[in-house]
Amino acid sequence: MTVWSRLRPYVMVAPSIAVFSIFFIYPIFYMIFLSFYNWDFINPVKEFVGFNNFVEMFQNSEFLQVLTNSLNYTILSVSLSIVISLGLAMWLNREGAWYGFVQGALFSPHIISLVSVSLVWMWLMDPKFGLLNAILEMFGMQKLDWLSSPDSSLLSLVLVAVWKGVGYNALIFIAGLQSIPKDMYEASALDEANRWRTFYKITLPMLSPTLFFLIIINLIGSFQVFETIAIMTNGGPVNSTNTLVFYIYEYGFRYFKIGYASAAGVVLLLVVGLLTLVYFKLLSRRVHYQ
Amino acid sequence: MAQIVLKQIEKSFKQEKIIENLNVTIEDGSFTVLVGPSGCGKSTTLRMIAGLEQQSGGEIWIGDKCVNGVEPGKRNVAMVFQNYALYPMMTVKENIEFGLVNRKVPKQERERLIKEITEIVGLSEYLNKKPQALSGGQRQRVALARAMVKNPAVFLMDEPLSNLDAKLRHQMRTELIQLHKRLGATFVFVTHDQVEAMSMGDRIVIMNKGQIQQADSPMKIYDDPDNVFTAQFIGTPPMNVIHREAIFPYMEGQLHSDIHQVGFRPEKAMMTMEKKPIAGCVQFSARILTRETLGAEIIYQLEAKLGLVAVKSFLKPLEFANEVQISVPMKDLYYFDHEGKRARQYERSEERELVALGGGYA
Repeated sequence: MTVWSRLRPYVMVAPSIAVFSIFFIYPIFYMIFLSFYNWDFINPVKEFVGFNNFVEMFQNSEFLQVLTNSLNYTILSVSLSIVISLGLAMWLNREGAWYGFVQGALFSPHIISLVSVSLVWMWLMDPKFGLLNAILEMFGMQKLDWLSSPDSSLLSLVLVAVWKGVGYNALIFIAGLQSIPKDMYEASALDEANRWRTFYKITLPMLSPTLFFLIIINLIGSFQVFETIAIMTNGGPVNSTNTLVFYIYEYGFRYFKIGYASAAGVVLLLVVGLLTLVYFKLLSRRVHYQ
Repeated sequence: MAQIVLKQIEKSFKQEKIIENLNVTIEDGSFTVLVGPSGCGKSTTLRMIAGLEQQSGGEIWIGDKCVNGVEPGKRNVAMVFQNYALYPMMTVKENIEFGLVNRKVPKQERERLIKEITEIVGLSEYLNKKPQALSGGQRQRVALARAMVKNPAVFLMDEPLSNLDAKLRHQMRTELIQLHKRLGATFVFVTHDQVEAMSMGDRIVIMNKGQIQQADSPMKIYDDPDNVFTAQFIGTPPMNVIHREAIFPYMEGQLHSDIHQVGFRPEKAMMTMEKKPIAGCVQFSARILTRETLGAEIIYQLEAKLGLVAVKSFLKPLEFANEVQISVPMKDLYYFDHEGKRARQYERSEERELVALGGGYA
C-alpha cells in the first residue's frame, strides 16, 4: 500500500472535519472556557473566577424560574405536538384530494418564517383587538389574556409552537404509516384485534422509529426556542416565558456578561445532551427497526 | 367444519368488473385449489371469503351462515399470506398468541395450545425468536401455526409457497397435505402454479378472467377438460391444439362442421421412424426442433405442416433422427367448438383409456 492510498481517506474527509471543528467543536470548547471567566466583550483582560458563575446562577431564583419554564414549555409542546400530529396523520393517511389539501394546509406553517408567524400570532392574540378574543366573544365566552398574563403566556407560546410544528410531524408520521405493510392489518383483522389493540400492538410498534426520531428532534428544538419569545413576549410578563436560550441571549448581548451567559450555555448543552442520551439509552431498546 | 358457498358473486374495482356471476361450492373438508393465470380473480375470491375484500354483489356462505358484512375475525377462518404477514416486533410465541389474547382465551389454555401447535410444526425451540431471525421455511411454519391455533373451520392460503425455494416448496407441499388430513378442516389454496394445484388439491377450480372455467378433481380435469383454456392450462407441456383447417387433410374427411379446434395430449402421440399406416390414427410427419431430456421422460418440440407440436415419450431412448412420423389415435382426440367449448358428442372417446400418465413435472 502506498502512502497516498493510506492517506487518501483522511484527505477526503479533511474539509468537512475542518468546517465541523471551526463552527461546532471550537465554539463549544470556547464556551466552556469562557464560563470560568468574567468578561464583557470589550475589556482585553478576562478575569478567572472558577465556578463562581455557576454558583451564582444556581443561587439566582430567576435562573431556576427560567429552567422550569424551559422544561414546562418543552414537555407541553412536544407531547401536544406529537399526540396531535399522530392523530392527524392517522386521519389523513388515506386517498382523496381533500386529504391532500388538508395535509398541504397543515404543512404550510412549517415553511413560513418564525418571525412572520410570531407577528401574526401577536395580532391574533391581542387582548383588545385580536381575532381570537373576538371569536371567544362571539360565542359568548370570557376573553383571555393570552400573552399578557403570566398564567397563560407560556401556554400561548406552546400553542404557536404546536401550530407551527404539527404539519411537519404529521407529514413524517404519514410516511411512517404508509411504510407499514397492509397485510399486517389484514392479519390482525383476522386475529380479531379491535381498533385500540391494533393501534397499540401493531401501528405504534411499527411506527416506533418514526416516533423516536420526531420526539428527539422536537425535544431539542423546543429546548432551544428563541424567536417567538424574543418577538412576542421578551421573556415576560414577570419572567413567565423566559427560557434558557433567551436568557443566554439577554445576559450575553444585552448585559454583556459573557462568562455568565456561557455558564448558562453549558447548562443548556448538558440538559439537551442528557435528554438525548437518556432517551437513546432507555427507549432505543423498545424501538423496532426492521 | 364448514362448506363454503359463493352465490352470484360480483366484484368491481372502480369501473372495472373483475368478477361476474361467480357460483361455486367448496365442499366441507376438501382441499380446494383456486388456480389460474395472474389477474384471473383467484386471490380476490379468497380475500372475499376471508372478508378482507367486500364483494360488490352476491352472497358468501360459510357453514350455514351467510357471512356478508361479518368481520374477518368473526368468520371462523384463518389465513396464511403470501409474505406470511408475521408481526415483526413480536416473538414467534407472541405472534401465535396474539389472536388468542384478542379472543380472551385464558392463559393456561393459551400455553397449552401454543405448546401443542408448535410441536406439530416443529417450532418449539424458536418460541422466543423474532421472525427476522428465522429462515423462510420457519416463517412459513409460524404463519401456519398462527392460523392453526385458532382452530378454524376454514384455512385460506394465498400462494403461501411461492416465496420458498424449489426443494422447500416440495417439502411444504407434502406437509400441507398431511396437515389437511390431520385437521380435517376445509382448505382453500390459491396458486398460479398448475403443478402445485394438481399435486395438492383434491378439487381444483380453474379460473380465467374472473370466471370459473372448470371445477373438478385433478384427474377429471386432466382427462376430460371442459374447454380449450382448461386443456391448455393443465398439463406440461400443454395439450396440442390445432385449428380445423390445419388438421382436416389428415382426418380422412371425418370432421363435423361444428368442430373448430382439435387437441391431443403430448403423451398420446406415438413417434416412429418408418412411414406405415396405422388404422384409426391421425398421422403426419414432423421435424424435431428441440429435445428436453428430463430423465424418465423426454419432451420433443416438433415442427409439422399443421403447426408446432409437443410430444412426450416415457422410458424410451432419445430420438436423434431429424424427421419422424407421428401417429395419434383418433380416440385420443379432443374436439372443441367455435367458442372453445368441448364438443364431446362428436368424439370417439368411448374407448378412451382414462388413465393419464404423469400429471406434470416441477
